[in-house]
Amino acid sequence: MSTIFSSPHAHGARSVSATMLLVMVALLPATLNGFWRFGWPAIFLWLVTILACLLAEAISLKLADRPVRPALGDGSAILTGWLLALTLPPWAPWWIGAIGGAFAIIVCKQAFGGLGQNLFNPAMAARVVLLISFPVEMTQWVAPHPINADIAPDALAALAITFGAGLPDGMASATVLDHVKAEAARGIGITEALGGQFEPIASSVGDRAGSLGETGAVLLAAGGLFLIFKRVIGARIPVAFLLGVAVPAAFAHFLAPESYLPPLAHLLTGGVMLGAFFIATDYVTSPSTPLGQWLFGIGCGLLTWIIRTWGAYPEGVAFAILLMNAATPLIDHYTRPRIFGRQRDGRALVPAAGKER
Amino acid sequence: MPNTCTPNPSSAAPDTSVLTRLQRLFKRWGAHPDARKHPAADTTITPLPLPPRLILPLTQHIGAAARPIVAAGERVLRGQMLAEAQGNVSAPIHAPTSGTILGIGDVPIPHPSGLTAPAILLEPDGLDEAIAFCGVDPDTLDPDEISKRVSAAGVVGMGGATFPAAVKLGLGRHSPIPTLILNGGECEPYLSCDDRLMRERADEVVSGARIILHAIRGSEALIGIESNKPEAIAAMRAAATAWPEIRVVPVPSRYPMGSEKQLIAWLTGREVPSGGRSADIGVVVQNVGTAAAIHRAIRLGEPLTRRIVTVAGGAIHTPRNLEVCIGTPISALIEYCGGLNEEPARLVMGGPMMGMAVRSLDIPVIKGSGGVLALTGAETSEPDAAATCIRCGSCVDACPIGLLPLEMAARIRGGDLQGSNDIGLKDCIGCGTCSFVCPSRIPLVQYFNHARGELAARDRSKLKNDAIRELVEARNERMEREAREKTEAAARRKAERERAKAEAAAKAAAEKAAREAQAAEERSHA
Repeated sequence: MSTIFSSPHAHGARSVSATMLLVMVALLPATLNGFWRFGWPAIFLWLVTILACLLAEAISLKLADRPVRPALGDGSAILTGWLLALTLPPWAPWWIGAIGGAFAIIVCKQAFGGLGQNLFNPAMAARVVLLISFPVEMTQWVAPHPINADIAPDALAALAITFGAGLPDGMASATVLDHVKAEAARGIGITEALGGQFEPIASSVGDRAGSLGETGAVLLAAGGLFLIFKRVIGARIPVAFLLGVAVPAAFAHFLAPESYLPPLAHLLTGGVMLGAFFIATDYVTSPSTPLGQWLFGIGCGLLTWIIRTWGAYPEGVAFAILLMNAATPLIDHYTRPRIFGRQRDGRALVPAAGKER
Repeated sequence: MPNTCTPNPSSAAPDTSVLTRLQRLFKRWGAHPDARKHPAADTTITPLPLPPRLILPLTQHIGAAARPIVAAGERVLRGQMLAEAQGNVSAPIHAPTSGTILGIGDVPIPHPSGLTAPAILLEPDGLDEAIAFCGVDPDTLDPDEISKRVSAAGVVGMGGATFPAAVKLGLGRHSPIPTLILNGGECEPYLSCDDRLMRERADEVVSGARIILHAIRGSEALIGIESNKPEAIAAMRAAATAWPEIRVVPVPSRYPMGSEKQLIAWLTGREVPSGGRSADIGVVVQNVGTAAAIHRAIRLGEPLTRRIVTVAGGAIHTPRNLEVCIGTPISALIEYCGGLNEEPARLVMGGPMMGMAVRSLDIPVIKGSGGVLALTGAETSEPDAAATCIRCGSCVDACPIGLLPLEMAARIRGGDLQGSNDIGLKDCIGCGTCSFVCPSRIPLVQYFNHARGELAARDRSKLKNDAIRELVEARNERMEREAREKTEAAARRKAERERAKAEAAAKAAAEKAAREAQAAEERSHA
């Protein structure tokens, strides 16, 4: 006993790796749903993205002369790759996953100093970079077919899709948000555009075209609730995010139903559920104060709705989260909690005993 | 889990508004450490036989060290004062039994760095002869007199803070303090000394509460006890039935509910102002053990020479509660509890959350030692190495004071100690909840203690430098003045010399003139 031990002499928190593991468990239903609906190409893309992240992490740590094993073991690189894969078009070629994974880890995480140091969520930053750099590959969607359906490619054919030719002709489909945006450009109203495209129940379990793991909205929400229940994440950011999307959407839809999507369509399509429960709640890039978390969540939701409604892109979750990531240090600075025995402005409370004596 | 958080605020918080109760639903500070109170909490308090030697440090309290008034070789009786209080904030030390003073020397004391400090060494003679104690009925005493007697009995805060109890009692001297809160929270895991005291000696605690109320001229006493101690709550309620001004209030089992500020806020809905004292909002807080000691000091006239200590931890063979003489080395306690099962990973005095890691078994039990814990590696869950902060914000949600521990630690790491102080270090109560909930096991408390020590050292060295600068300036000024005076004096002397010379010359000239005149006269006569 040569070192000085500081109190406390007991610890009660689960470790970082256990936390990461729980998040992965929560992602599992939506991921398996994605595998089921989009088949073998989705599985390969998911594997490639995660392996790219692990490799990039190992190389970065080696270059920085830091221990590789503990950093790889904490599961954060796997989780980054996993989350990124879930936001990609399921039949995208392998190099999309590889470049995205490498960019996420090397530029967005390790260049900032590794776990806990990055300003932007690596998965979201990588997704945006891919979307801007490879707009064609990043917007080729495929209609879901169960993995065992005749029309679905078997494992070998899937290898050819992921590592070779890419999406076969005639398989392309459009997401709900894509479709509505395109129809709106042609002057077609929401009701007509949504007709036959958006069935809330089918849509919420993933029976629609979309990103690998974003289509199972209900499964993602269930995973998110599991994380809240296990106290891995707080409820503030997800609730604020969903409200930030739903409230303005409901208001606008009420005023002009033909111009604005209904709130349910906003919540159940695109990356809202994944973003609200799994990406915006990223510890590193979200505020740590209670009030700040409310503001951050509302900002994410509101920006998502604004970008979807008036922006050039049909989907805005990734952009919204990145913008709010950039605002996080500022939010943390201005939303410090009131300190016990002090007023909000930091002055000590005035003793109230005088009047009671 | 033995933690049963009371969800019903109506029974838990009698004096608080609906708004406060709503806020409590949403702002849930603190943590729920594994209580681990058993099996020690199930054992009755057992007196520990006298050890061969007692070690009585002169500093067992906050404030100035006591001054020894006995000499080596002197025979002393139980209850005799061995060292007297020095100054207003201090406490005397008394002999726990009769015996011979071996001497006064430096011994290892409960201190994290294993420092030594002066202590009186007493060899018991086994006769346990006592001086005559004279107890009184407190109702006949003046509040001032109670405070004096408590001070003379050496009673200090027994919950671990060791602040001299009489100082707090004296706070009611000028204007009465309406509320007394007795702290029976005992939110630290493992410890059950207060629990056993309340179960077995509830009458003493209630009597102590009445004496304190009398001393501070208060009108009500609230006894806050965590809901995981139902037997203690029942026993205390039974003992307090005759006194309507004394109420036993269960509080949720949550760490750090037993922290003075948190307990006051929970029971009264009022916050102690930052930098202020509880008396500023009309409250005095004493530990239940302190109340029992005050009861003994007044009713029985007995000074504080014994206390109840929980001996527990995975490495202890038979965990239990012992009543031991102050000054007993902890080795004697562990031996009486069947010794160690295995080499403990940490030896802790006090509770696991705020207690102090000690290295030697020769360290004595002092007035504030509520527990002696021998913890195994599994219990301390020693991290291999602290990982980096992932900004999860657990510490922010857990902090009972509303601080941002992650931000404070980041500033300290970056060397910005003053910045850390500005955003809350000065308000930190050091409860350790942030470190407890940290998934990366960052030793936040250690950061904060380091920064505090460093800032205090800087303040001291700044004071010293200021003093030195003032001295140097004064010296320079003096030297200048002396030099100036010297030159002035020299000039004066020179002027004087010249004047004298001139006078002499003038005189000589006058004499010469006179002589010449005389000569001329003589010549003219001639």
